[in-house]
Amino acid sequence: MEEMKKAILEYIVEEYLEDDDDEITFDSPLISGGIVDSFSMVSLKRFLETKYSISIPDEKATPEAFDTVDSIATVVNEFVS
Amino acid sequence: MSHFGSYEDRVKDFDWSIAEKELEYNDGDVINIGWYCTDRICQMGKGEKTALLWEGFGGTEKKFTFNDIRIASNTIGSFLRELGVKNEDRVCLFMDRIPELYLGFLGVLKIGAVAQPLFSAFGDESLFVRLDNAQTTAIITTRKHVSKVRKIVEKMPYLKHIIIVDYDGKKPLRDREVAFSLEEATPVEEFECFPTTAESPSVLHYTSGTTGQPKGVKHVHYSLISQYLTAKWVLDLHDDDIYWCTADPGWVTGTSYGIIGVWSLGVTQCVLDSGFSADAWYKFIDKHRVTVWYSAPTAIRSLMKAGAEIVKNNDLSSLRHLASVGEPLNAEAVVWSQEVLGKPFHDTYWQTETGSMMLVNFPGMKVKPGSMGRPFPGITAVVLDPESLEPIKEPGRPGLIGFKPGWPAMMRTYWNNEETYKSKFANGWYLPGDRSSIDTDGYFWFTGRDDDVINTGGHLVSPFEVESALLEHEAVAESAVVAKPDEVNMEVVKAFVTLKPGVEATPELELKIMNFIRKKLSSIAMPQEIEYMAQLPKTRSGKIMRRVLQAKEWGEEIGDTSTLEDDE
Repeated sequence: MEEMKKAILEYIVEEYLEDDDDEITFDSPLISGGIVDSFSMVSLKRFLETKYSISIPDEKATPEAFDTVDSIATVVNEFVS
Repeated sequence: MSHFGSYEDRVKDFDWSIAEKELEYNDGDVINIGWYCTDRICQMGKGEKTALLWEGFGGTEKKFTFNDIRIASNTIGSFLRELGVKNEDRVCLFMDRIPELYLGFLGVLKIGAVAQPLFSAFGDESLFVRLDNAQTTAIITTRKHVSKVRKIVEKMPYLKHIIIVDYDGKKPLRDREVAFSLEEATPVEEFECFPTTAESPSVLHYTSGTTGQPKGVKHVHYSLISQYLTAKWVLDLHDDDIYWCTADPGWVTGTSYGIIGVWSLGVTQCVLDSGFSADAWYKFIDKHRVTVWYSAPTAIRSLMKAGAEIVKNNDLSSLRHLASVGEPLNAEAVVWSQEVLGKPFHDTYWQTETGSMMLVNFPGMKVKPGSMGRPFPGITAVVLDPESLEPIKEPGRPGLIGFKPGWPAMMRTYWNNEETYKSKFANGWYLPGDRSSIDTDGYFWFTGRDDDVINTGGHLVSPFEVESALLEHEAVAESAVVAKPDEVNMEVVKAFVTLKPGVEATPELELKIMNFIRKKLSSIAMPQEIEYMAQLPKTRSGKIMRRVLQAKEWGEEIGDTSTLEDDE
């Protein structure tokens, strides 16, 4: 789970963080904090599905469920066999 | 009691001079939107009244009175003047919804410069084409977004000043960059606004079309007349209201009704600068006791998706009037809001080019769920036969929406693109590019767009712009971009691509292409789905038949493709 969180965090820093000085942690708010917007959630979901070879139903990919690395990892973990 | 009263009474003998009189404006006078939204309100004795209740991420709050926003806009205007920014220079505002965006907008207008707000989610390429078209003199931004400006600054010799409003001193400023802190700047109490007149340019908003680059829609200070009156009558803003417009000032709703309409009336507004969450939105309404709420169908559908249970956790009894804009408001959303919030959302129809509301559902008027409503008084609206361009008389028969030109907030031209501006008029009508029918009661019903522009979550995306950007990806050989139906956003961007020889079509590549577009253009323009094809459907002359792909996505009959092959 820790490895998974690190991988997700790394991807978010690489893809979504505009300011190099900004730092985020596992519990930083991503959607409500304006780092990842609702349209970009689609590419984040696609990343998770590709990396972990899973399919996340749309009803599970809510702004609340995707709001922190912690909560994203919980969702992903549910579908990783 | 609403400001509006009876529709028939208002339409009868209507004249825009109603607004001119209320604003004490006479033909030929100086008219400056920045002054009207701040100094005039203070002169009316409302200086200590709250103008802005701002809440940022993590619950950070700031409060500004009308006197505060008067001084803040003076201070920003003064800073720009000292830099050498002159009247009619274009000044871009490229920020999230922080107070400096709202106050900077007014400061730019006060010096007679042209405010060019751009949505902060734009990538560097989207930013460049808009700044380049406007030959922008200065950009006001933040540390979060300045990296996108730095990527393109060398291509923009005309951009003289990059103003960073939250500079923290950690890294040195680069060439042309200058720091400005509203909190640390010496407040400017007395300031002489530039004496703009009715036709002086005020705001430059960019909008996308089917083909070509985005168009800069030029508005003038006289737009205030219709923005003031529509805000008063359609949003039904009263002196004691707490108003919340959820639109970003990067788009026209966020300036016409998120700044100009509300503040020219001296009404308090609140702003939430954080990402969407149904719970956070309801809590915001509850906390600030919002009375008038102007939002968008995509947000309303997202709230519907979050369920009715979450509504019960908050006290939303303060809400008095609800309105919507951005895309057609489906009947289900109107019915839902009546059931769950106890009030219907009132749809309004207008666009960047119209500058103010055109077809509206007034408070007190019977709302027909799914209808765009009726023309605002002073607006002559018809549905035209697409062939003859003559008004259709029969109720229910769809055609092109047409407006008789001449209302105060109408665009004056497309920046550096007079030819395209002229093409928007035919047979004496302005054509907004949408189709509708009119029922026997005079209500307009949206039936579709008249072009290929994608309306996703209320934002217009040009398929041409996305197709061009896709071709810049190293793996893509050809591309076609269409709208795909979506439950929440109405439409989303879908791309069909063929790959260059030797490139393997993989899910990883799809993600790379999506992110490539997101960074280059914006998250809105990012295809939500990419379909690999061996070849794209083309005419005999080799032109890609976007229409065939669009029909496929919407489950429509493709029709006679042999004809398409000839005329596409």
